[in-house]
Amino acid sequence: MSGESGVTLLEAVRTALSDAMADDDRVVLLGQDVGRLGGVFRATEGLYARFPGRVFDTPLAEGGIVGSSIGLAMGGLVPVAEIQFLGFLHQAFHQVTQQLARYRFRTRGRFHLPVTIRAPYGGGLRMPEFHPDSLEAQLANVPGLKVVAPAFPEDAYSLLRAAIRDPDPVLFLEPQRLYRSVRGPLPADGADDGDFGARLRRPGDDLLLVSWGPSVHTCLAAAAELEERHAVRSAVLDLRFLSPIDHARLHQEAAARRRVVVVHEGVRSAGLGAEVVASLQEALYDTVSLPILRVTAPDTPYPPGRLEDAYLPSQEKIVEAALRVVDRA
Amino acid sequence: MTQMSTDWAAEWAAGDGEPLRFLGPDGGLVRPDLPRPPDDLLGEALRLMLLSRALDQKCTSLHRQGRLGLYAPVLGQEAAVVGSHLAIDPATDWLVPASREQPAMLRHGWPLDRLLASLLGRIDAARIPDHVRMLPRQQSIASQLPHAAGIAWATAIRGLDGVTLAYCGDGATSEGDFHEACNLAGVMGVPLVLVVINNQYAISTPVSRQTRAIRLAHRARGYGFPGVAVDGDDLFAVHEVTRQAVERARAGGGPTMIEAVTYRMSFHNTSDNPSLYRDPSEEAEAGLRDPVARLVAYATGAGLMTPDAIDVVEAEVRAEVAAALDLALSYPAPGPEEIFRHVFSD
Repeated sequence: MSGESGVTLLEAVRTALSDAMADDDRVVLLGQDVGRLGGVFRATEGLYARFPGRVFDTPLAEGGIVGSSIGLAMGGLVPVAEIQFLGFLHQAFHQVTQQLARYRFRTRGRFHLPVTIRAPYGGGLRMPEFHPDSLEAQLANVPGLKVVAPAFPEDAYSLLRAAIRDPDPVLFLEPQRLYRSVRGPLPADGADDGDFGARLRRPGDDLLLVSWGPSVHTCLAAAAELEERHAVRSAVLDLRFLSPIDHARLHQEAAARRRVVVVHEGVRSAGLGAEVVASLQEALYDTVSLPILRVTAPDTPYPPGRLEDAYLPSQEKIVEAALRVVDRA
Repeated sequence: MTQMSTDWAAEWAAGDGEPLRFLGPDGGLVRPDLPRPPDDLLGEALRLMLLSRALDQKCTSLHRQGRLGLYAPVLGQEAAVVGSHLAIDPATDWLVPASREQPAMLRHGWPLDRLLASLLGRIDAARIPDHVRMLPRQQSIASQLPHAAGIAWATAIRGLDGVTLAYCGDGATSEGDFHEACNLAGVMGVPLVLVVINNQYAISTPVSRQTRAIRLAHRARGYGFPGVAVDGDDLFAVHEVTRQAVERARAGGGPTMIEAVTYRMSFHNTSDNPSLYRDPSEEAEAGLRDPVARLVAYATGAGLMTPDAIDVVEAEVRAEVAAALDLALSYPAPGPEEIFRHVFSD
């Protein structure tokens, strides 16, 4: 759970960027308003002054930001691009899917692209249309692109450092409602531990809640309620990596509990939850009877902010689903 | 070559919008006041253009025999491609092709047998060598242009000398990527030379259905950098205009857009049938602009090469293509395991 001490997730992102730039002078930042302003969330605050000639405000054009990042990487730099909100990555969709993710394959390894795309996403902040959209399923469907979704400051730091070091492109999803609401320590040694798998955030023997990003915290709140009010002990698995998924860990934790609820803010149909369910079914169908439910956004466009509480997976909906799978015992 | 003081973009902008032309369709100089490329450059240009034509012929024939997939010939556009590429130095500069700039790819350092291997599906043999600063062909129209802007931008950030030469066609100018790339290149002032090869058609769609603009080069003004239209079948004009644009880019003067006005004398690719959408008389008329015939007429007329010497070059490039084809066919075809390689670093 989020503690009262430590840094915010936003500060963890900023520190990771700053440390990466200090460690490797090939790292450059680009995006809309990332320079003097420091980004609309201030994720890059102070870096324009600290690293002269390495932080660039770009024209307002997402396709150009991603497309030129590809060229910057070919030209020997390590670009970290900010897309102001994930909902606007569609304006760069072909550059991400046709180009960025495929250059290594297309050129048989002649070009590889160490490009990181950072994008805030997720609901709960009463934002205008498109700004809260959770599009991760559309991007996890792209071979050649890694998709990472931290939920804690420690991961925001270490996984962003790892993303920037990665020789291949990484889409780094930043949960915007957690930017300032979650605090925690940074990794002790200032680096990542090389663990690129899923993480169990809470132990519990009765069922497994699977999630990522902002809804990990909703799951943790639901798990606390389930234990206090219903004596149901729920484990919470934070996937952290949406592409590729840590299938081995997912199978292991699910098999140990035999009941699973998958929770995400993206829409239900063809959402990433369906991939989790399919993965478990394919791996475990002849050994485990496995009731699985999904708690997701409905198959509608993201509604105006006044309606988003009814739209998002809530603690209440997660508790209800958990009790249903437990009753199947 | 003599350093020119003429700013061709400014000269073109001051004119009536007609593309700049130094060498007329009959091979005579319409601007005898201008310095001409040195004779060795002329020889290299003619050789590359004839090689390109031999390659077109061989690949089209192989396609008709079912031995090679789709092929997009360069026929008619050789002066636009070769003239512009001769203005850069493959040792320091980047080439970002669109699709059918085969002679530029060869001059940049992609060996002919490797190029042929790519057309024959020998994917690993076709790999662009590490030292060759060149992107692969792009199937997604205009998508390479932001990459070109990014490469040029990286060169500027790193304080290197290289210039990026990028190509696209007239159809590509309708894409959003064209706009985003030009706009970014202008704002950042990057060393990019963009050659828009206006061959009048995007498959069957004439340029008049791409834009109401009279000349594509006018668009450069909207991006705040020079634009110039040039007769794309005139090797001398294309080369000189590109040379000056490269010189400006190298000196930190930012991007230039060059519209090379030419004509796609052949089909879009080997699956296309132009008789369904254009008049044979139009093709016949365009044939009079043939850039190879024009250069041959100049070279023989000026006494720089004899017809016999040109015949020798033609025989040499045909033999070169045949030998490269044998080599390309000797490379192993990929097995299914190749599907899983090069998705990520291993």
